[in-house]
Amino acid sequence: MSHIMTIKVEDKLYQNRYIVDESRPHIRIKEEAACRSCATQPCTWCCPAACYTRDEAGGVSLATDGCLECGTCRVVCQDKGNILWDYPRGGYGISYKFG
Amino acid sequence: MVEKFDAIVVGAGPSGNAATYTLAKAGMNVLQLERGEYPGAKNVQGGIMYAAELEKIIPDFRDDCPTERHIIEQRIWLLGDDSYIGTNYRSDAFNTDAPNRYTIIRANIDKWFSERIRKAGALQICETTVTELLRDASGKVYGVKTDRVGGEIHADVVVMADGVNALLAKRAGLHQELAPQNVALAVKEILFIDPDLIQQRFGLKDEEGVVIEIMGKVTKGMVGTAFLYTNKESLTIGIGCLVSDFKQAGVAPYKLLEDLKNHPVIKPLIEGAEMKEYAAHMIPEGGYNAVPQLTGDGWLAVGDAAHFNNAAHREGSNLAMASGRMAAETIIELKRAGRPMTAANLAAYRRKLDDSFVMKDLKKYRDLPDIMHANKQFFGAYPDLLNGAAHNLFTVDSVDKLTKEKEIMRSFVKKRSFFGLMGDAIKLARAFR
Repeated sequence: MSHIMTIKVEDKLYQNRYIVDESRPHIRIKEEAACRSCATQPCTWCCPAACYTRDEAGGVSLATDGCLECGTCRVVCQDKGNILWDYPRGGYGISYKFG
Repeated sequence: MVEKFDAIVVGAGPSGNAATYTLAKAGMNVLQLERGEYPGAKNVQGGIMYAAELEKIIPDFRDDCPTERHIIEQRIWLLGDDSYIGTNYRSDAFNTDAPNRYTIIRANIDKWFSERIRKAGALQICETTVTELLRDASGKVYGVKTDRVGGEIHADVVVMADGVNALLAKRAGLHQELAPQNVALAVKEILFIDPDLIQQRFGLKDEEGVVIEIMGKVTKGMVGTAFLYTNKESLTIGIGCLVSDFKQAGVAPYKLLEDLKNHPVIKPLIEGAEMKEYAAHMIPEGGYNAVPQLTGDGWLAVGDAAHFNNAAHREGSNLAMASGRMAAETIIELKRAGRPMTAANLAAYRRKLDDSFVMKDLKKYRDLPDIMHANKQFFGAYPDLLNGAAHNLFTVDSVDKLTKEKEIMRSFVKKRSFFGLMGDAIKLARAFR
């Protein structure tokens, strides 16, 4: 089921224009261990671009290429404070044609 | 030598644009910084644009502003599983030379607004992320730091129009973090389609438009709403719920959007359309009680960064433009009087807001966010009950009407209890009084 949904959101993101800042992700997970001990991991379903996925080790892996820069992950992880969130460098990231 | 301006505006959304344009028109030396590749690249709106506030800033905007359709019909739908019950208001009187509401494609408006800003004499620089406020030992803001090399710029005052996340004020400790129950996450798609089909499906001619605001089963009991708007050659469809509810419900936002697009009453309206962009954005929903500090020594906050959004009426961009204009007017008045940009002097901005629809409306609905948050039946149970009642009443099956009325009443009492119904009526009245 989750696999099917992942494919769907990728189809959506495929329509968008991104200017990717290679190897300079604007969001980082502070401590991987904190994700493993997070009982709910709300970032894995709240992110509208599905940037966060639960990995086999029970942690969370993050791929920021499809990020829509909404800031929701920052808000849902506020209680744990385990997400380091910056805007991308000027000119990089999502570039909406219509918005 | 660090450059110095009268004012720096951070962000090129509706509030930042209104502030920059107003300052430039008054002859102020103003710099606007935008992190996107071009103005609008980072902005998302449903979108409906309200003419009144833009008209105050740019009276002749209708000459060349790239709006989509002027709205002649407003529908409000409560969705059941396979039905809707709702209200429509449509009037030919909305077909005027100066319409009040337009559907828009946000990036088009932002590009247009920015051209007007540059013509008014402001300096606008894109592809530049402001990373922090520059503050002296007393805490007074005297400029910003950007991610460009040697990126310090000074100004008498900084207008923070950096949107709902408002990282600048948070990092400086001027604003608190956003509480999950005070923001909604909305996702939307733009769907391109033959304009003839739009006209047929919505009963429109020329540039007439319809907007539909939607509540009900599609938010899966979460506090939220959905929408479907008609543009010239496209439709925008979206759905948003409180972040606190998403966090609790375990539902992915794009799953909600897919379900909305596949709902039996929505699907025929969008059939055959081609999706060209998928967007997500947070919306301030905390209302009056969540409005942060608005001014300090050398700074003001406007628009989403100041939490100016009227959730009850789905208004945001007009509050943003009004606040941007009032911030600019405050700065202009102080500058002309030769007075410094201190917290005490800039407080005139707050007084202007208090005297305007911005704060008056936010204050009127100050209890609404808490009441909705604590009473999710308004988003789940009631739309369902009303759809059931309509279905019962409009199914003619030889059951007498009195029995039908009793069945409907029983369905309400069963779901909410008699006192629950009375309580809900009082709560709603209190929220909207």
